[in-house]
Amino acid sequence: MKSEKSRSVEFRKEFGPKIEKIERRLFLKRGLTLGAMSMLSGCTLKDNDTIDRVLWAMSRWNDRVQEKLFNPNKLAKIYTEAEITNPFPFNAYYEEPLAPVIDANFYSLELSGLIENKQSWTLPQLRELPKTQQITQHICVEGWSAIGKWGGVPFKFFLEKIGADLTAKYVGFKCGDNYSTSIDMPTAIHPQTLLVLDFPGKPGETKYGFPVKIRIPTKLGFKNPKFVTEIFVSNSNPGGYWEDKGYNWYSGS
Amino acid sequence: MLKSLENTRERKKPKLIHPLFVRITHWINAFAAIAMLMSGLRIYNASPLYEFRFPPDVTLGGWLAGALAWHFAAMWLLVINGIAYLIYGTYTGHFIRRMLNIQPMAAYRNVKLEIKQLLIHGTGEYNLIQRVLYIVVIWDVIILFFSGLAMWKPVQLHKLAEIFGGYEGARHFHFYGMSVLVIFLFLHVSAAFAVKGTVQSMFTGRLSKAQQEKLDRR
Repeated sequence: MKSEKSRSVEFRKEFGPKIEKIERRLFLKRGLTLGAMSMLSGCTLKDNDTIDRVLWAMSRWNDRVQEKLFNPNKLAKIYTEAEITNPFPFNAYYEEPLAPVIDANFYSLELSGLIENKQSWTLPQLRELPKTQQITQHICVEGWSAIGKWGGVPFKFFLEKIGADLTAKYVGFKCGDNYSTSIDMPTAIHPQTLLVLDFPGKPGETKYGFPVKIRIPTKLGFKNPKFVTEIFVSNSNPGGYWEDKGYNWYSGS
Repeated sequence: MLKSLENTRERKKPKLIHPLFVRITHWINAFAAIAMLMSGLRIYNASPLYEFRFPPDVTLGGWLAGALAWHFAAMWLLVINGIAYLIYGTYTGHFIRRMLNIQPMAAYRNVKLEIKQLLIHGTGEYNLIQRVLYIVVIWDVIILFFSGLAMWKPVQLHKLAEIFGGYEGARHFHFYGMSVLVIFLFLHVSAAFAVKGTVQSMFTGRLSKAQQEKLDRR
């Protein structure tokens, strides 16, 4: 006879992915407030699972619509030095004091997936690459916006340099604060998408993503990962920290 | 003889006030607009433009991601239904007949009537207050649509966003548009419940026989 433990492991193996899928849908169910209930009076509460599925499907439809609306040649507006928001707001899924401080001496940027040269990069190596800078508007999914200045390597140049498969669909990011996100390839090779090495704020301030951030002025703020430690290229959608919880994946501006 | 009989029969059967198409688009619109309004208040709460937040009980979605999911799903319903209504209203003459024919003298008479007996009017037509309100709310939803589009795609549609003064300007326009919508909803719903038979006729298209007769006697 099988032990209780081995049976539970088997159960999880078989049903784990399904449970995860259900949990993902529950985020909306849990979200139904009194107001929503009153609006739906007449429907039984069992219908909420259908509502979640409809909302999830609509979000995927909105991904596709936004992909079509994206013009690879359209540039985000460039602002002046005088318009920069100071201090630039800090935002993350945790409070500011918990932002990681990464030691530049021990830092390396790992590469994986559909990339030819997968050797990792140190910070001095990244700093040798040609740099550019931009002053653009950062729009948060919460609604606020701020203007900041970022400097770094055009991301398309970097992707070409490492031999990334530019015909692949997605570029994913893993971060030093356990955050993750992913973007579509057309956005990754947009001329304003930057591998950031110079940040807003005072010199030595690390909370805005030191040592490596990806700045994407054609995406909402949460699609701009900070403290990036790994970049990978893939043909299956890697999702992300907020995306898996129910925020729209594409989230383009 | 036959003709007069028909006339009596016609008078007996209450007249159709609201065409089926208007009734269907009205209720789809009501659902979509209220879902967008309530989820919008939740989105507002995530980063308030002004020094206040809305009580969570009047919001939809439960948290920001849920509210956004509702907002960007109901958006399609509102827009597709709204376009269908605008096409219907333009091509059937519904707008011309019922809303746009605001003649100064008729308006004056109507106002006098309003003072005497609030919101009473013939069947199958909108009174002056209704005409003005409906024209205002149609334009309000159009402004909400464009300012919302500008907030959603400030880079891809930057020319549209610039009309509103960029992303931040569009946020304000969207908020003002929402405020006008709330005022409209309040007036519209109060009026509907204040005049007997109105709510029912928005489902069936007609007044009840008793209400029709009462109206005919006047």
